[in-house]
Amino acid sequence: MRAPLPRGPVSAQVLSWLKGRVAPDVPHVRRLLQEPSADIICDEDRQLTLWTLYELHYTGFDDIGAGWEWSPECLAVRRVLETEFEHHMRASTRDTVRAVCARAGGVAERLFALVLEDDSPSLGRYIQRQADRSEAVEFLIHRSIYNLKEADAHTWAIPRLTGAAKVALVELQYDEYGTGNLDRLHSQMFADTLRACGLDSSVGAYIDEVPAVTLSLNNGLTMFGLHRRLTAAAMGHLAAFEASSSQPSRQVARGLRRLGFPEPAAAYFDEHVEADAVHEQVATRNICEVLVTQDPRRSEDVFFGAAAGIYLDARVAGYVLNAWATGRSALLPELPAPDVLGA
Amino acid sequence: MTSERPAVVHVTCCPDGPFLVRGADVIRDEDGVDHATHRPVVAVCRCGKSTRKPWCDGMHKLLPRTPPTPRAATGE
Repeated sequence: MRAPLPRGPVSAQVLSWLKGRVAPDVPHVRRLLQEPSADIICDEDRQLTLWTLYELHYTGFDDIGAGWEWSPECLAVRRVLETEFEHHMRASTRDTVRAVCARAGGVAERLFALVLEDDSPSLGRYIQRQADRSEAVEFLIHRSIYNLKEADAHTWAIPRLTGAAKVALVELQYDEYGTGNLDRLHSQMFADTLRACGLDSSVGAYIDEVPAVTLSLNNGLTMFGLHRRLTAAAMGHLAAFEASSSQPSRQVARGLRRLGFPEPAAAYFDEHVEADAVHEQVATRNICEVLVTQDPRRSEDVFFGAAAGIYLDARVAGYVLNAWATGRSALLPELPAPDVLGA
Repeated sequence: MTSERPAVVHVTCCPDGPFLVRGADVIRDEDGVDHATHRPVVAVCRCGKSTRKPWCDGMHKLLPRTPPTPRAATGE
Protein backbone atom coordinates (compact mmCIF):
# COMPACT_ATOMS: atom_id res chain seq x y z
CA MET A 1 0.00 0.00 0.00
CA ARG A 2 1.12 3.57 -0.68
CA ALA A 3 1.11 6.18 2.09
CA PRO A 4 -2.16 8.12 2.35
CA LEU A 5 -2.60 11.76 1.37
CA PRO A 6 -2.32 14.21 4.29
CA ARG A 7 -5.47 15.85 5.63
CA GLY A 8 -4.06 18.80 7.58
CA PRO A 9 -0.87 20.25 9.11
CA VAL A 10 -0.11 17.37 11.50
CA SER A 11 -0.48 14.56 8.99
CA ALA A 12 1.40 16.67 6.42
CA GLN A 13 4.31 17.07 8.85
CA VAL A 14 4.42 13.44 9.93
CA LEU A 15 4.11 12.11 6.39
CA SER A 16 6.98 14.42 5.37
CA TRP A 17 9.14 12.81 8.07
CA LEU A 18 8.17 9.32 7.02
CA LYS A 19 9.00 10.06 3.40
CA GLY A 20 12.36 11.54 4.41
CA ARG A 21 11.55 15.03 3.16
CA VAL A 22 12.12 16.84 6.45
CA ALA A 23 13.82 15.89 9.70
CA PRO A 24 11.42 14.95 12.51
CA ASP A 25 10.52 17.90 14.72
CA VAL A 26 8.40 16.69 17.61
CA PRO A 27 8.06 20.06 19.40
CA HIS A 28 6.62 21.54 16.20
CA VAL A 29 3.96 18.82 16.00
CA ARG A 30 3.25 19.16 19.73
CA ARG A 31 2.55 22.85 19.14
CA LEU A 32 0.20 21.98 16.31
CA LEU A 33 -1.64 19.66 18.68
CA GLN A 34 -1.73 22.05 21.61
CA GLU A 35 -5.37 23.06 21.20
CA PRO A 36 -7.58 20.06 21.87
CA SER A 37 -9.68 18.88 18.97
CA ALA A 38 -13.31 20.02 18.87
CA ASP A 39 -14.27 16.41 18.13
CA ILE A 40 -11.37 14.02 17.86
CA ILE A 41 -13.55 11.28 16.37
CA CYS A 42 -14.24 13.37 13.29
CA ASP A 43 -10.85 15.14 13.23
CA GLU A 44 -9.50 14.19 9.81
CA ASP A 45 -5.96 15.37 10.48
CA ARG A 46 -5.57 13.66 13.86
CA GLN A 47 -7.24 10.35 12.97
CA LEU A 48 -5.33 10.03 9.69
CA THR A 49 -2.03 10.73 11.49
CA LEU A 50 -2.79 8.12 14.13
CA TRP A 51 -3.96 5.62 11.52
CA THR A 52 -0.74 6.14 9.54
CA LEU A 53 1.46 5.70 12.61
CA TYR A 54 -0.48 2.58 13.57
CA GLU A 55 -0.25 1.12 10.09
CA LEU A 56 3.54 0.99 10.59
CA HIS A 57 2.82 -1.86 13.06
CA TYR A 58 0.75 -3.85 10.55
CA THR A 59 1.98 -4.33 6.99
CA GLY A 60 3.16 -0.74 6.54
CA PHE A 61 3.59 1.24 3.33
CA ASP A 62 5.59 0.51 0.19
CA ASP A 63 6.96 4.05 0.16
CA ILE A 64 7.89 4.31 3.87
CA GLY A 65 10.83 2.54 5.52
CA ALA A 66 10.02 -0.17 8.06
CA GLY A 67 12.47 1.40 10.52
CA TRP A 68 9.95 4.13 11.35
CA GLU A 69 7.83 1.68 13.31
CA TRP A 70 9.80 2.19 16.53
CA SER A 71 11.17 5.68 15.91
CA PRO A 72 11.00 7.73 19.16
CA GLU A 73 9.62 10.70 17.21
CA CYS A 74 6.71 8.68 15.83
CA LEU A 75 6.00 7.17 19.23
CA ALA A 76 6.05 10.65 20.79
CA VAL A 77 3.43 11.95 18.35
CA ARG A 78 1.41 8.77 18.75
CA ARG A 79 1.40 9.27 22.49
CA VAL A 80 -0.03 12.81 22.25
CA LEU A 81 -2.79 11.66 19.90
CA GLU A 82 -3.54 8.53 21.91
CA THR A 83 -3.83 10.41 25.18
CA GLU A 84 -6.42 12.77 23.74
CA PHE A 85 -8.28 9.95 21.97
CA GLU A 86 -8.36 7.64 24.99
CA HIS A 87 -9.52 10.48 27.21
CA HIS A 88 -12.38 11.15 24.80
CA MET A 89 -13.38 7.47 24.66
CA ARG A 90 -13.30 7.13 28.45
CA ALA A 91 -15.30 10.32 28.97
CA SER A 92 -17.89 9.28 26.36
CA THR A 93 -18.43 5.86 27.93
CA ARG A 94 -18.00 6.73 31.62
CA ASP A 95 -21.68 6.59 32.58
CA THR A 96 -22.28 3.37 30.68
CA VAL A 97 -19.23 1.69 32.22
CA ARG A 98 -20.21 2.81 35.72
CA ALA A 99 -23.73 1.46 35.30
CA VAL A 100 -22.62 -1.90 33.93
CA CYS A 101 -19.96 -2.30 36.64
CA ALA A 102 -22.59 -1.69 39.31
CA ARG A 103 -25.01 -4.16 37.82
CA ALA A 104 -25.60 -7.69 39.15
CA GLY A 105 -24.84 -10.73 37.02
CA GLY A 106 -21.91 -12.42 35.34
CA VAL A 107 -19.48 -10.68 32.99
CA ALA A 108 -20.82 -12.48 29.90
CA GLU A 109 -24.42 -11.69 30.75
CA ARG A 110 -23.63 -8.02 31.31
CA LEU A 111 -21.66 -7.80 28.05
CA PHE A 112 -24.60 -9.24 26.12
CA ALA A 113 -26.96 -6.80 27.88
CA LEU A 114 -24.69 -3.87 26.98
CA VAL A 115 -24.86 -4.79 23.31
CA LEU A 116 -28.59 -5.52 23.36
CA GLU A 117 -29.43 -2.20 25.02
CA ASP A 118 -27.52 -0.18 22.44
CA ASP A 119 -30.25 1.70 20.60
CA SER A 120 -28.10 3.61 18.13
CA PRO A 121 -29.16 3.58 14.47
CA SER A 122 -28.46 0.34 12.62
CA LEU A 123 -26.46 0.32 9.39
CA GLY A 124 -27.33 -3.36 8.93
CA ARG A 125 -31.06 -2.69 8.94
CA TYR A 126 -30.64 0.16 6.45
CA ILE A 127 -28.56 -1.99 4.10
CA GLN A 128 -31.11 -4.79 4.35
CA ARG A 129 -34.17 -2.68 3.59
CA GLN A 130 -33.37 0.68 2.04
CA ALA A 131 -29.87 1.09 0.68
CA ASP A 132 -29.35 1.54 -3.03
CA ARG A 133 -26.38 0.02 -4.83
CA SER A 134 -24.11 3.01 -4.45
CA GLU A 135 -24.82 3.17 -0.70
CA ALA A 136 -24.09 -0.55 -0.35
CA VAL A 137 -20.80 0.00 -2.18
CA GLU A 138 -19.92 2.89 0.13
CA PHE A 139 -20.72 0.68 3.12
CA LEU A 140 -18.28 -1.97 1.86
CA ILE A 141 -15.60 0.68 1.31
CA HIS A 142 -15.98 1.87 4.91
CA ARG A 143 -15.78 -1.71 6.13
CA SER A 144 -12.74 -2.49 3.95
CA ILE A 145 -10.38 -0.52 6.21
CA TYR A 146 -10.93 -2.99 9.04
CA ASN A 147 -12.07 -6.13 7.27
CA LEU A 148 -8.99 -6.48 5.05
CA LYS A 149 -6.96 -6.92 8.23
CA GLU A 150 -9.74 -8.52 10.19
CA ALA A 151 -8.81 -9.95 13.59
CA ASP A 152 -5.18 -8.77 13.49
CA ALA A 153 -5.42 -6.19 16.28
CA HIS A 154 -6.90 -8.70 18.73
CA THR A 155 -4.06 -11.13 17.98
CA TRP A 156 -1.68 -8.78 19.80
CA ALA A 157 -3.42 -9.81 23.03
CA ILE A 158 -2.38 -13.47 22.75
CA PRO A 159 1.05 -13.23 24.41
CA ARG A 160 -0.43 -11.01 27.12
CA LEU A 161 -3.07 -13.51 28.20
CA THR A 162 -2.48 -16.61 30.29
CA GLY A 163 -4.14 -19.97 30.82
CA ALA A 164 -7.74 -20.57 29.75
CA ALA A 165 -8.23 -17.05 28.33
CA LYS A 166 -5.23 -17.54 26.04
CA VAL A 167 -6.48 -20.93 24.86
CA ALA A 168 -9.89 -19.44 24.08
CA LEU A 169 -8.53 -16.44 22.17
CA VAL A 170 -6.31 -18.66 20.03
CA GLU A 171 -9.28 -20.94 19.33
CA LEU A 172 -11.32 -17.93 18.20
CA GLN A 173 -8.51 -16.41 16.14
CA TYR A 174 -7.78 -19.73 14.44
CA ASP A 175 -11.33 -19.59 13.09
CA GLU A 176 -10.88 -15.93 12.05
CA TYR A 177 -7.72 -16.96 10.20
CA GLY A 178 -9.46 -19.69 8.22
CA THR A 179 -8.69 -22.86 10.27
CA GLY A 180 -5.76 -23.64 7.99
CA ASN A 181 -7.68 -22.83 4.81
CA LEU A 182 -6.87 -19.68 2.81
CA ASP A 183 -10.35 -19.57 1.29
CA ARG A 184 -11.83 -19.25 4.77
CA LEU A 185 -9.42 -16.57 6.01
CA HIS A 186 -11.91 -13.85 6.92
CA SER A 187 -9.89 -10.99 5.45
CA GLN A 188 -9.56 -13.03 2.26
CA MET A 189 -13.32 -13.66 2.22
CA PHE A 190 -13.89 -9.92 2.51
CA ALA A 191 -11.50 -9.31 -0.39
CA ASP A 192 -13.64 -11.78 -2.39
CA THR A 193 -16.75 -9.78 -1.45
CA LEU A 194 -15.13 -6.55 -2.64
CA ARG A 195 -14.12 -8.08 -5.96
CA ALA A 196 -17.59 -9.59 -6.45
CA CYS A 197 -18.98 -6.07 -6.10
CA GLY A 198 -16.50 -4.66 -8.62
CA LEU A 199 -14.30 -3.01 -5.98
CA ASP A 200 -10.53 -2.94 -5.48
CA SER A 201 -9.58 -5.53 -2.86
CA SER A 202 -6.01 -4.40 -2.25
CA VAL A 203 -5.25 -3.17 1.28
CA GLY A 204 -5.47 0.60 1.58
CA ALA A 205 -7.05 1.10 -1.87
CA TYR A 206 -9.70 3.40 -0.39
CA ILE A 207 -7.82 5.01 2.45
CA ASP A 208 -8.02 8.50 0.93
CA GLU A 209 -11.79 8.24 0.59
CA VAL A 210 -12.68 7.12 4.08
CA PRO A 211 -13.56 9.81 6.66
CA ALA A 212 -11.98 10.20 10.10
CA VAL A 213 -14.90 8.59 11.91
CA THR A 214 -14.20 5.24 10.25
CA LEU A 215 -10.47 5.61 10.89
CA SER A 216 -11.33 6.25 14.56
CA LEU A 217 -13.08 2.88 14.77
CA ASN A 218 -9.90 1.22 13.52
CA ASN A 219 -7.63 3.38 15.65
CA GLY A 220 -9.54 2.57 18.84
CA LEU A 221 -9.13 -1.12 18.20
CA THR A 222 -5.45 -0.80 17.31
CA MET A 223 -4.81 1.25 20.44
CA PHE A 224 -6.34 -1.48 22.59
CA GLY A 225 -4.36 -4.13 20.76
CA LEU A 226 -0.96 -2.44 20.89
CA HIS A 227 -0.95 -1.45 24.56
CA ARG A 228 -0.51 -4.23 27.08
CA ARG A 229 -2.16 -2.08 29.76
CA LEU A 230 -5.32 -2.10 27.59
CA THR A 231 -5.46 -5.87 26.98
CA ALA A 232 -8.67 -6.26 29.01
CA ALA A 233 -10.23 -3.44 26.97
CA ALA A 234 -9.15 -5.20 23.77
CA MET A 235 -10.93 -8.35 24.91
CA GLY A 236 -14.04 -6.43 25.99
CA HIS A 237 -14.00 -4.80 22.57
CA LEU A 238 -13.71 -8.21 20.93
CA ALA A 239 -16.68 -9.51 22.93
CA ALA A 240 -18.90 -6.55 22.04
CA PHE A 241 -17.76 -6.74 18.44
CA GLU A 242 -18.65 -10.42 18.12
CA ALA A 243 -21.88 -10.06 20.09
CA SER A 244 -23.11 -7.31 17.78
CA SER A 245 -22.24 -9.04 14.52
CA SER A 246 -24.55 -11.98 13.73
CA GLN A 247 -27.72 -9.99 13.24
CA PRO A 248 -26.23 -7.12 11.20
CA SER A 249 -24.34 -9.66 9.08
CA ARG A 250 -27.62 -11.42 8.30
CA GLN A 251 -29.16 -8.07 7.40
CA VAL A 252 -26.28 -7.05 5.14
CA ALA A 253 -26.30 -10.44 3.36
CA ARG A 254 -30.03 -9.96 2.68
CA GLY A 255 -29.46 -6.41 1.48
CA LEU A 256 -26.70 -7.42 -0.95
CA ARG A 257 -28.95 -10.18 -2.37
CA ARG A 258 -31.90 -7.76 -2.61
CA LEU A 259 -29.71 -5.40 -4.63
CA GLY A 260 -28.67 -8.18 -6.99
CA PHE A 261 -24.97 -8.31 -6.17
CA PRO A 262 -23.39 -11.62 -7.25
CA GLU A 263 -23.74 -14.46 -4.76
CA PRO A 264 -20.07 -14.45 -3.57
CA ALA A 265 -20.64 -10.89 -2.31
CA ALA A 266 -22.88 -12.13 0.49
CA ALA A 267 -20.77 -15.18 1.42
CA TYR A 268 -18.59 -13.21 3.81
CA PHE A 269 -21.66 -12.00 5.69
CA ASP A 270 -23.27 -15.46 5.72
CA GLU A 271 -20.10 -16.82 7.29
CA HIS A 272 -20.25 -14.13 9.97
CA VAL A 273 -23.82 -14.92 10.97
CA GLU A 274 -22.63 -18.38 11.93
CA ALA A 275 -19.05 -17.71 13.03
CA ASP A 276 -19.91 -14.81 15.28
CA ALA A 277 -22.68 -16.76 17.01
CA VAL A 278 -19.82 -19.02 18.14
CA HIS A 279 -17.30 -16.27 18.73
CA GLU A 280 -19.61 -14.18 20.91
CA GLN A 281 -19.94 -17.09 23.34
CA VAL A 282 -16.21 -17.79 23.35
CA ALA A 283 -15.28 -14.11 23.71
CA THR A 284 -17.74 -13.31 26.50
CA ARG A 285 -17.54 -16.55 28.51
CA ASN A 286 -14.18 -18.15 27.78
CA ILE A 287 -12.15 -14.95 27.46
CA CYS A 288 -13.74 -11.99 29.30
CA GLU A 289 -15.38 -13.95 32.11
CA VAL A 290 -12.12 -15.86 32.66
CA LEU A 291 -10.00 -12.68 32.56
CA VAL A 292 -12.09 -11.10 35.30
CA THR A 293 -12.04 -14.30 37.36
CA GLN A 294 -8.24 -14.33 37.05
CA ASP A 295 -8.08 -10.69 38.17
CA PRO A 296 -11.27 -8.83 39.19
CA ARG A 297 -9.55 -5.47 38.68
CA ARG A 298 -9.85 -6.06 34.96
CA SER A 299 -13.63 -5.88 34.89
CA GLU A 300 -13.83 -2.10 34.45
CA ASP A 301 -11.50 -2.19 31.43
CA VAL A 302 -13.36 -5.15 29.90
CA PHE A 303 -16.55 -3.08 30.02
CA PHE A 304 -14.72 0.05 28.87
CA GLY A 305 -13.44 -1.77 25.78
CA ALA A 306 -16.92 -3.08 25.02
CA ALA A 307 -18.57 0.32 25.56
CA ALA A 308 -15.91 2.10 23.49
CA GLY A 309 -16.42 -0.34 20.61
CA ILE A 310 -20.17 0.23 20.73
CA TYR A 311 -19.64 4.00 20.94
CA LEU A 312 -17.31 4.17 17.93
CA ASP A 313 -19.57 1.89 15.93
CA ALA A 314 -22.51 4.17 16.69
CA ARG A 315 -20.52 7.23 15.63
CA VAL A 316 -19.77 5.59 12.26
CA ALA A 317 -23.39 4.51 11.74
CA GLY A 318 -24.63 7.98 12.69
CA TYR A 319 -22.24 9.68 10.29
CA VAL A 320 -22.95 7.39 7.37
CA LEU A 321 -26.73 7.31 7.78
CA ASN A 322 -26.86 11.07 8.25
CA ALA A 323 -24.89 11.62 5.03
CA TRP A 324 -27.20 9.32 3.08
CA ALA A 325 -30.34 10.81 4.64
CA THR A 326 -29.31 14.23 3.32
CA GLY A 327 -28.47 12.90 -0.12
CA ARG A 328 -24.71 13.10 0.31
CA SER A 329 -21.95 10.55 -0.08
CA ALA A 330 -20.55 9.10 3.16
CA LEU A 331 -17.08 9.14 1.61
CA LEU A 332 -14.68 12.08 1.41
CA PRO A 333 -14.52 14.39 -1.57
CA GLU A 334 -11.21 14.17 -3.43
CA LEU A 335 -8.37 15.29 -1.13
CA PRO A 336 -6.09 18.16 -2.13
CA ALA A 337 -2.63 17.34 -3.48
CA PRO A 338 0.06 17.02 -0.77
CA ASP A 339 1.91 20.22 -1.76
CA VAL A 340 -1.15 22.31 -0.85
CA LEU A 341 -0.62 21.17 2.73
CA GLY A 342 3.13 21.60 2.57
CA ALA A 343 3.89 17.88 2.67
CA MET B 1 -4.32 -31.68 10.93
CA THR B 2 -3.94 -35.36 11.66
CA SER B 3 -6.48 -37.96 10.63
CA GLU B 4 -6.92 -39.17 14.20
CA ARG B 5 -10.43 -38.75 15.52
CA PRO B 6 -10.72 -36.63 18.64
CA ALA B 7 -11.08 -38.87 21.64
CA VAL B 8 -13.62 -36.66 23.39
CA VAL B 9 -16.41 -34.36 22.30
CA HIS B 10 -16.98 -31.45 24.66
CA VAL B 11 -20.44 -29.91 24.87
CA THR B 12 -20.97 -26.72 26.86
CA CYS B 13 -24.44 -25.37 27.51
CA CYS B 14 -24.40 -21.55 27.36
CA PRO B 15 -27.04 -19.93 29.61
CA ASP B 16 -29.73 -18.37 27.38
CA GLY B 17 -27.64 -19.44 24.41
CA PRO B 18 -26.50 -22.36 22.25
CA PHE B 19 -24.55 -25.53 22.92
CA LEU B 20 -20.87 -24.96 22.20
CA VAL B 21 -19.54 -28.21 20.75
CA ARG B 22 -15.82 -28.92 20.48
CA GLY B 23 -14.31 -32.00 18.84
CA ALA B 24 -17.32 -33.13 16.78
CA ASP B 25 -17.01 -33.90 13.06
CA VAL B 26 -20.73 -34.03 12.38
CA ILE B 27 -23.92 -32.72 13.98
CA ARG B 28 -26.99 -34.82 13.13
CA ASP B 29 -30.20 -32.77 13.18
CA GLU B 30 -33.69 -33.88 14.23
CA ASP B 31 -34.49 -35.07 10.69
CA GLY B 32 -31.42 -37.31 10.70
CA VAL B 33 -29.50 -35.07 8.33
CA ASP B 34 -25.77 -34.87 8.98
CA HIS B 35 -24.07 -31.45 9.01
CA ALA B 36 -20.28 -31.47 8.90
CA THR B 37 -18.52 -29.02 11.19
CA HIS B 38 -16.13 -26.56 9.53
CA ARG B 39 -14.70 -24.84 12.58
CA PRO B 40 -12.93 -25.98 15.75
CA VAL B 41 -15.90 -25.08 17.90
CA VAL B 42 -19.49 -24.86 16.67
CA ALA B 43 -22.59 -23.32 18.27
CA VAL B 44 -25.68 -25.51 17.98
CA CYS B 45 -29.10 -23.85 18.19
CA ARG B 46 -30.99 -24.58 21.40
CA CYS B 47 -33.86 -22.09 21.09
CA GLY B 48 -35.27 -23.46 17.84
CA LYS B 49 -35.44 -20.04 16.17
CA SER B 50 -32.21 -20.11 14.17
CA THR B 51 -32.46 -19.39 10.45
CA ARG B 52 -29.35 -21.55 9.89
CA LYS B 53 -30.16 -24.69 11.84
CA PRO B 54 -28.57 -26.70 13.26
CA TRP B 55 -26.19 -23.79 13.82
CA CYS B 56 -26.92 -20.92 16.19
CA ASP B 57 -27.30 -17.55 14.48
CA GLY B 58 -27.87 -15.43 17.58
CA MET B 59 -31.66 -15.30 17.20
CA HIS B 60 -32.09 -16.39 20.84
CA LYS B 61 -31.02 -12.92 21.88
CA LEU B 62 -34.23 -11.51 20.41
CA LEU B 63 -36.42 -13.87 22.47
CA PRO B 64 -37.78 -13.16 25.94
CA ARG B 65 -35.62 -14.96 28.44
CA THR B 66 -36.91 -18.02 30.23
CA PRO B 67 -36.57 -18.36 33.10
CA PRO B 68 -36.08 -14.67 33.84
CA THR B 69 -32.61 -14.01 35.22
CA PRO B 70 -32.09 -11.37 37.88
CA ARG B 71 -30.49 -8.30 36.37
CA ALA B 72 -30.70 -4.53 36.25
CA ALA B 73 -29.74 -4.04 39.88
CA THR B 74 -28.18 -0.61 39.67
CA GLY B 75 -25.70 -0.63 42.49
CA GLU B 76 -26.08 1.20 45.76
